[in-house]
Amino acid sequence: MNTMQFILVILVALICGMASVLDERQFHRPLVACTLIGLVLGDLHTGIILGGQLELIALGWMNVGAAMAPDSALASTISAIVVIVGHQSIGEGIAIAIPLAAAGQVLTIFVRTIAVFFQHQADRFAAQANFRGIEWCHFGALLLQGLRIAIPTGAVAAIAGTSIVNQWLDAIPPVITHGLQVSGGFIVVVGYAMVINMMKARSLMPFFFIGFTLATFMTGINLVGLGILAACAAVVYVQLNPDFHDSIKAPAAATNVGTDDDDVLG
Amino acid sequence: MTEVRKIESLTKKDIISTYFRSTFMLGSFNFERMQAIGFCVTMIPAIKRFYHKKEDQAAALKRHLEFFNTTPWPASAIFGVTSAMEQKKAEGGDIDEAAITNVKIGLMGPLAGIGDPIYWGTARPILAALGASLALSGSILGPLLFFFGINIIRFLTRWYGFKVGYNQGTDIVQDVAGNRLKKLTQMASVLGLFVMGSLVSKWTTIKMPLVLVSYKQAGHVVSTSLQNILDSLLPGLVALLMTFACMWLLKRKVNAIYIIFGMFAVGILGYWAGIFGL
Repeated sequence: MNTMQFILVILVALICGMASVLDERQFHRPLVACTLIGLVLGDLHTGIILGGQLELIALGWMNVGAAMAPDSALASTISAIVVIVGHQSIGEGIAIAIPLAAAGQVLTIFVRTIAVFFQHQADRFAAQANFRGIEWCHFGALLLQGLRIAIPTGAVAAIAGTSIVNQWLDAIPPVITHGLQVSGGFIVVVGYAMVINMMKARSLMPFFFIGFTLATFMTGINLVGLGILAACAAVVYVQLNPDFHDSIKAPAAATNVGTDDDDVLG
Repeated sequence: MTEVRKIESLTKKDIISTYFRSTFMLGSFNFERMQAIGFCVTMIPAIKRFYHKKEDQAAALKRHLEFFNTTPWPASAIFGVTSAMEQKKAEGGDIDEAAITNVKIGLMGPLAGIGDPIYWGTARPILAALGASLALSGSILGPLLFFFGINIIRFLTRWYGFKVGYNQGTDIVQDVAGNRLKKLTQMASVLGLFVMGSLVSKWTTIKMPLVLVSYKQAGHVVSTSLQNILDSLLPGLVALLMTFACMWLLKRKVNAIYIIFGMFAVGILGYWAGIFGL
């Protein structure tokens, strides 16, 4: 890794770290983050494949309400560096990604706690109508979130590929690495479970089982085909659902006659 | 004090500035008031446009530093409504601080109820699954499809969310409670659950080569493994049961990362004991 690559890796890590809290442009998703690290390190192909593998594991990881997902940014950047620079297998990369996701989560909790201080500083600036000050508080906290990923990634990038790291990775007994690979085959169900729980739609669970059964027994069908079937099911369900037919439940709707709709909150 | 002043509406430049600020709204997420500073920073172009006295600006900044937390992308609709209300207030309209806060808080929950299933439950996992399936063969199309697909959806949600909110003002409250968005949410949920169901079967690999019965028949060794039995019953059954176990644990507020570590322990122990195979 030359100096230019080192700087670019840190830059990518900084962007991924900020994206991880923003959840906006999705640079923190493994599919994007690993691809970018691969691009910077000159091995795009490996980056994409590792990104695809990790994306499958992280598929349902999301921040809902105050709950935080495992951190995909730190997991993606560091495991991509270890796999590409340290010449490790994709399986090894997946194995180290999960503890890293946990570490990233701990770090973001730490930064989100520090950000309370920025919140109080912003209150003081607000009292003085200091716009610039509030913006500094906001983007200062964002920068901390970026550094949270950039610093550990930079540290790993500095030592990755050295014989010490490879010796350390080689010292992991095969029962562990193979066991981790086995778990890699089903760890993704945690993400699926997160998505299903978040939907809070018990009455729609039959569609889950229809999807499961079709995919199990129609082995020739791919994701696009399943998506089309799913979209059709969604449209038909809504069309037939009596909840959305005013003619059926008309008597209940006639209660708010006479309210002035210009002045709902007045 | 109730004279009605004509206040300039937001300019195109203000709206673009509000959009860019809104894309950073979670930057200072903290455990005390969550997205509060982000909300305030996004409102700054509107506050600058509508209020010119220092004490009015300070009061507006203060009321937008209150607790706020919702799904980030559809929150742009709330920015639109809030801007419309601030404009009315600046004009001397009959809106007090509490009304603005109440609308913000009142929209937060319902919008998250719509936004989480549509964006986090359906749009992102499906695009990510599609992108990942292409990426596994090393195709650059995978990451590109995911990145641009999700960002187009995000941009349209934010841009038009703000427009609709700003133009309709408080009328949007009825829209959020109305049938159209409920329909959309239900469709997204059906789509999402259907695809999740198929992914549970398609994208899990569980092999259980543990031999249960082995006997000699006409000189050949015939053995039946756990996998054979499960496959004749229902392939993918183990993955299905694991999914339900995870759902159960998550409902009991077990941190996802502990469940993931637990799954790794199951994998390692299972491999060691010979129940799972590669």
